[in-house]
Amino acid sequence: MPDTIVDLTVTPELVAEHGLTPEEYERIKKILGREPNFTELGIFSVMWSEHCSYKNSRKELKKFPTTGPNILVRAGEENAGVVDIGDGWAIAFKIESHNHPSAIEPFQGAATGVGGIIRDIFTMGARPEFCLNSLRFGPITGDSPNLKTNRRLFAGVVSGIAHYGNCIGIPTVGGEIYFDESFEGNPLVNVFCLGVLRHDQLARGAARGVGNPVFYVGAETGRDGLAGAAFASRELTEESKEDRPAVQVGDPFKEKLLLEACLELLQRDAVAGIQDMGAAGLTCSTCETASRGGTGIEIDLAKVPKREPGMTPYEIMLSESQERMLIIAKRGQEDVVREIFEKWDVPCAEIGRVTDDGIMRVRNNGSIAAEIPAKPLADEAPLYSREVRKPTTENTEGAELLKKISVSSVSSVVNSLRQTLGDPTIASKNWVYRQYDHTVRTGTLVRPGSDAAVFEVKYANKILAATTDCNSLYCALDPREGGKIAVAEAARNLTCSGAKPLAVTDNLNFGNPYKPENFWQLREAVEGVAEACRAFGTPVTGGNVSLYNESPAGVVDPTPTVGMVGLIDKVEHVTTQWFKDEGDAIILVGEIGNELGGSRYLKVCHGKKIGPVPHVDLAREIEVQNATRELIRAGVIKSAHDCSEGGLAVALAESCFNPQKLFGAEVDLAAGETPAATVLFGEAQSRIVISIARDNLEKTMSILREHKVPFQQLGQVGGDTLRIRVNDQKFSWPIVDLHDDWWNAIARAVEGDASAERIPSL
Amino acid sequence: MKFAVIRFPGSNCDQDCFSAINSIDGAQADYVWHKETSLRGYDAIVLPGGFAYGDYLRCGAIARFSPIMKAVIADARAGKLVLGTCNGFQVLCEAGLLPGALVRNRGLRFVCDMVTMRVEVADSPFTHGCAQGSLLRMPVAHGEGCYFADPETLRQLNEDRQVILRYANDRGEIVPDANPNGSIENIAGIVNRERNVFGLMPHPDRAADARLGSADGLKIFRSMMETIASGRAAAA
Amino acid sequence: MKVNVIVKPKEAVLDPQGNAVRDAMRHLGMPEVKSVRIGKFMEIDVEGDDVDLEKKLHGLCRDLLSNPVIEDYELRKKS
Repeated sequence: MPDTIVDLTVTPELVAEHGLTPEEYERIKKILGREPNFTELGIFSVMWSEHCSYKNSRKELKKFPTTGPNILVRAGEENAGVVDIGDGWAIAFKIESHNHPSAIEPFQGAATGVGGIIRDIFTMGARPEFCLNSLRFGPITGDSPNLKTNRRLFAGVVSGIAHYGNCIGIPTVGGEIYFDESFEGNPLVNVFCLGVLRHDQLARGAARGVGNPVFYVGAETGRDGLAGAAFASRELTEESKEDRPAVQVGDPFKEKLLLEACLELLQRDAVAGIQDMGAAGLTCSTCETASRGGTGIEIDLAKVPKREPGMTPYEIMLSESQERMLIIAKRGQEDVVREIFEKWDVPCAEIGRVTDDGIMRVRNNGSIAAEIPAKPLADEAPLYSREVRKPTTENTEGAELLKKISVSSVSSVVNSLRQTLGDPTIASKNWVYRQYDHTVRTGTLVRPGSDAAVFEVKYANKILAATTDCNSLYCALDPREGGKIAVAEAARNLTCSGAKPLAVTDNLNFGNPYKPENFWQLREAVEGVAEACRAFGTPVTGGNVSLYNESPAGVVDPTPTVGMVGLIDKVEHVTTQWFKDEGDAIILVGEIGNELGGSRYLKVCHGKKIGPVPHVDLAREIEVQNATRELIRAGVIKSAHDCSEGGLAVALAESCFNPQKLFGAEVDLAAGETPAATVLFGEAQSRIVISIARDNLEKTMSILREHKVPFQQLGQVGGDTLRIRVNDQKFSWPIVDLHDDWWNAIARAVEGDASAERIPSL
Repeated sequence: MKFAVIRFPGSNCDQDCFSAINSIDGAQADYVWHKETSLRGYDAIVLPGGFAYGDYLRCGAIARFSPIMKAVIADARAGKLVLGTCNGFQVLCEAGLLPGALVRNRGLRFVCDMVTMRVEVADSPFTHGCAQGSLLRMPVAHGEGCYFADPETLRQLNEDRQVILRYANDRGEIVPDANPNGSIENIAGIVNRERNVFGLMPHPDRAADARLGSADGLKIFRSMMETIASGRAAAA
Repeated sequence: MKVNVIVKPKEAVLDPQGNAVRDAMRHLGMPEVKSVRIGKFMEIDVEGDDVDLEKKLHGLCRDLLSNPVIEDYELRKKS
């Protein structure tokens, strides 16, 4: 038996291979009052990893506003934040990344990402209602050398998300997908889940009540996901090749049973605490519950259900097998726990108890495998302030290019819109969301494709809107402004769907924090997000940090993904982005502006990622949104569409693409001296395209004037052509052609290449 | 009128069926756990969608051995109305209550969309009140919904008017473009020869509220209720 | 030449399908079943028969027919 591995001598090399610095190792010795054994070293290394401890980012995360009148559980307190939505109901929601697992094995990496975030939500006692996901890949069209790999990753991630979400029966109702060279080899897979609960159903991840039994429920433990530190240690011990660490494989069927069993159990008043086993599985769940409960915890690994023989304490404690939970039952209620898990055919084992000595004690049959004070392990990881340095690269070609583009010919502008609409980042994502079950649970009031997902939770009589947003290109050029815009755009998407923004979860995807330029990006972005969240009154309720997102080609564009949730008071307020009737007036709320920098157009049509990025004036933004929301409440708005990537031209075209019937439009964009390309494709912020019945024109204008927001009547809905006049230039496009470019772009890119995909595993 | 909604491990449209049925005046749905053995007291049985047992071997292959299936089969043979939607349709085929089989979608991908179907048989216990040739709109969401039957079975199905619904375009034409999964002859739903067991891939349970895109699914449930009521009247 | 290719989940990798089938077999009166692993079986007919073709086949087994991160394959040449 490889018990030898337990007795491995802890050497400085081994410490380094576990990613711990000599100083951190000294700290461990001080906490223990002795040298750690091999298992303990492994436990510290995972708990003090960035993933679990946020040791490099925590000081920055403190800048986020986290309090508010609706916040029931604050960021960092539990697995997910919990927000009051009125009438005794609350929502638990969170976004989390699974970037690296998806880079290695896209299908299973994405699938287990979905499984993990769903567990985070039902751990809180909430019933998961829907998921969103925010994805980024390398380009899937063009002449990138890694085209095939990019397509394989894209198709694999999408089918992994579909596999898990569809099987477990939680609809995937929206999200966003970007394609850019910087994500080649390092895709971003951020998954969001939201659940609903009554205030009194709120479950805590704390080991309360000395003497209470500790249960392990769910899938058996295997050697899954023993990466990094464990992998390195393997080479030292030269175990047989077959014992290599294994990629985590998700089992949505098992998780469905686990979900139903846990929610049923939580109704029975038998649970003192509950925590999912995610990263660092058994280690994290035991020491965190003890730390939160102010208690100790003792478990016996011999009693843990195992999938493979001969697993060492090190392997069991660090395994990342999926679909497992730790439950602290109330003493005397053991049979209730067993009865329910037997009903659902889910493995369940009593593996220990809550103690009063503050120690996390891990027994293995007779011997003690680890003995660590729980609180210091869980909460006293070192915190670092990393060095920051603003990148000095000056971009001088910008102004020159912008000037050149201003003289674009009519025909080149006409082509540019078709090209931009056919860019996979802008194009319809129907190829993707057709693969996701987005109608199960019968709450999807607005299907994928509009500005935000809108979902009705009938039993709570609540309508929720949710979105994820981040323009990584802006963040690469100006992380602070990019962070602000991510929040502003998320709020704008919610506003356009008729919702009032409520709270935020965010996922920070950045590069190696030890590189000062990367850390500068992170700090700037965090401060931008924080400033905007304060302005909107939308606290950050939690989220996730993913660092080291780099491939040999370089670091990813910084991506502070913002997931935002809002409430819609009445079903009559639910609004979509599509024009509804011929003859309706089209109005731009906000100003046409004169900002072409950072635009998708420059990237797609000119191959340039150059700034300056558009500036967002938060006070103006909030007024534009308040005014739009008031128009929706007043019942005058028929459609509202956020104007973002691709600018006004794309926003107008997308407004024409009503899934029921395509519309044309005739608009006049009077913009003084501003060149046509900038008017059409510039991405100035704080703009919303609305359509209204002619009869409501006066009422609409008076509401807009009351709010003191600029607006401009652009034209009207009608015909089968999109006609745009900019000053003296006239452009027109048959709407059928534009729709075809936009609707079929992704299918053409992916389906045209059968070899992009491996034969799916399932 | 009481409907039993069977819950297999991995069923995930049980709650959708439950709330769709309970939204109808005079109808009451109860969940019945797959480990139960009797369906006494129920007027109709619904096998909901989902991924029973993960659908890991073949869709419905393991579910059909669940204890409750003995009662479902016995009650079906005795003439009780049985409706299987999506995964429920797959289970009914595996259990031999309906002919044919559901195989992987022609496009090899899961497909979630709104589809249109043409009512082929208006006098079935499940399509009372739908005019022959009228169109119904309901969501589909499945990876293995391509209906297959051998030529002899197919001939019988057509001869006995067992094909109740076919995928159609907005003009009611049975064309390949309207077929979301490659089902043979655009078949979306069939009944058994005795006409009391109905399976379909689309979701009537998700088409029970016009705000979600369609309320056509209610027609199926209401038709079942009328059939049960007239059966009772005849017996009385 | 004719070859058979068998693709299976690696030993240490969780096989949810296999486990679900194993449990069902146990429930249906065979508690003796210890484990089930589910894979794919492919019969491939290739024109020609030489070492180069076999090498190519192995390449495709790795790149297309199996996913080396989670699966092993076995290529058997039929005589």
